[in-house]
Amino acid sequence: MMENETKTIEIKDLDFYYGDFQALENVTFDIPENKVTALIGPSGCGKSTFLRTINRMNDLIDGTRVDGDVIVEGDDIYKDEIDVVELRKEVGMVFQEPNPFPKSIYDNIAYGPRAHGITDTEKLDEIVENSLKHAALWDEVDDRLDQSAIGISGGQQQRLCIARALAVDPDILLMDEPTSALDPVATAKIEDLIDDLKEEYTIVIVTHSMQQAARISDYTAFFLMGEVIEHGPTQKIFEKPENQKTEDYITGRFG
Amino acid sequence: MKNNNLQYRHLKEKFVFSILGLTLLAAVGILGLIIYFIFSKGIGVVDLEFLTQMPTNGMTEGGILPALLGSFYLVSGSILFAAPLGVFAAIYMTEYADKSKTLRMIRIGVNNLAGVPSVVFGLFGLSVFVKFFNFGVSILSGSLTLGIVILPTIIRASEEALMAVPDEYRHASLALGITKWETIKRVVLPASIPGIITGCILGVGRVAGETAPIIFTAATFYTANLPTSVFDEAMALPYHIYALVTAGTSPKQVPLAYGTAVVLLFLVISINLVATLIRNHYGRLND
Repeated sequence: MMENETKTIEIKDLDFYYGDFQALENVTFDIPENKVTALIGPSGCGKSTFLRTINRMNDLIDGTRVDGDVIVEGDDIYKDEIDVVELRKEVGMVFQEPNPFPKSIYDNIAYGPRAHGITDTEKLDEIVENSLKHAALWDEVDDRLDQSAIGISGGQQQRLCIARALAVDPDILLMDEPTSALDPVATAKIEDLIDDLKEEYTIVIVTHSMQQAARISDYTAFFLMGEVIEHGPTQKIFEKPENQKTEDYITGRFG
Repeated sequence: MKNNNLQYRHLKEKFVFSILGLTLLAAVGILGLIIYFIFSKGIGVVDLEFLTQMPTNGMTEGGILPALLGSFYLVSGSILFAAPLGVFAAIYMTEYADKSKTLRMIRIGVNNLAGVPSVVFGLFGLSVFVKFFNFGVSILSGSLTLGIVILPTIIRASEEALMAVPDEYRHASLALGITKWETIKRVVLPASIPGIITGCILGVGRVAGETAPIIFTAATFYTANLPTSVFDEAMALPYHIYALVTAGTSPKQVPLAYGTAVVLLFLVISINLVATLIRNHYGRLND
């Protein structure tokens, strides 16, 4: 990490267990503000598990255990006094499969703000429009906001899910292989969008595509068997990796 | 040789299809026969007066108004009692409870409750609502008893409807920093409403025709007055049919019994129809 960058998320000695199985071991690195950090590695390496420790979505799985610290904006989020609901408001998430609610486009975006107590129609209209514009979807759907979100294309659905996450005004956006269910054109749109979004949000993205990591991220962490093998500026990881395993993975010798 | 074999297989297919078609015809035919017999024997006595008059002349003439009203009160009461209880129990079981042994035991218990003979519910209602709570033989006691009869149906249908809601919706909502209850209220319940309504339909359909649970708890053979409070006993359609057929001394009562059956059938079918329309409406919104 560069000297002049602010750490938004600090991870210290993080271990994670599913029952007896240790999925993460001694993960330690920092995630800087307003940058895109990519998590790469072969299937089952723990990158998605790691991502879900940042908004504590792993809490939903029975029998999981966390050791170590995840510090988000100065707060250790695994301390007792942390309100998970509050945390997830600050740390938004976009899932692998687009998962819009079976509601209208408008109601999908307004869902979060409404649940957080905003009832003023004008205010909601404004949030919906801004969120959709932010997610580069407004021009495609502004004439059919009352239509079901299930009816739009997969790529549009995924941008809708991004807009829905933005509508509750988070600081951090977690993305779990957000383009793996999309075609190349839709993928390119999401990648452009991520590039725009980092102006305002800290983005952590899990990707199975090294090309994608190389295209969109500023920093990359390479996971293998639950450990972070190497972490650093993306360019350095891809051009001059320090670890032989990283080089093997990047050059496609395994994975 | 090869060709012959193919012909034989085609023939076999036709045969199997015919058998399957016949079984379907038999099932629908039985339903048709029931409706035909009941209607042909009973429709003659059903008119506006039959629906709006009190029985007269020792129940050999007149209408079924008190039984109609009584059934309406009993069914409404049982749904008012069982629907919230069943839906909330189902929410607790699917959304909140740990996937533990206790939960499995509760689920087995609920399923077994569905298999308890309805006359046993009647005795239970008698001892608990009529005697212990001292509600007497009344619409209240009958409604509560019928409510217990349909509770397992409603719990099971609601549970299935809730479990059919994809976890993706729950995760999407929770990840927005929204509490579990808000998530259930705003996403899970709306998505499962069609299934829950179906459960309540099944409940209403069953409860409208139940006789045994109300014999000791609510139903009366004959009353000259319409019920004025939930503590009054009431006549009810299924019990009225039973009364007309078994205790009758006059042959004039048999057509009245069939007429009552026509009304009961018509009512149940109408309730199902209305509820199906509601369900389809919600279903469309969810697609």
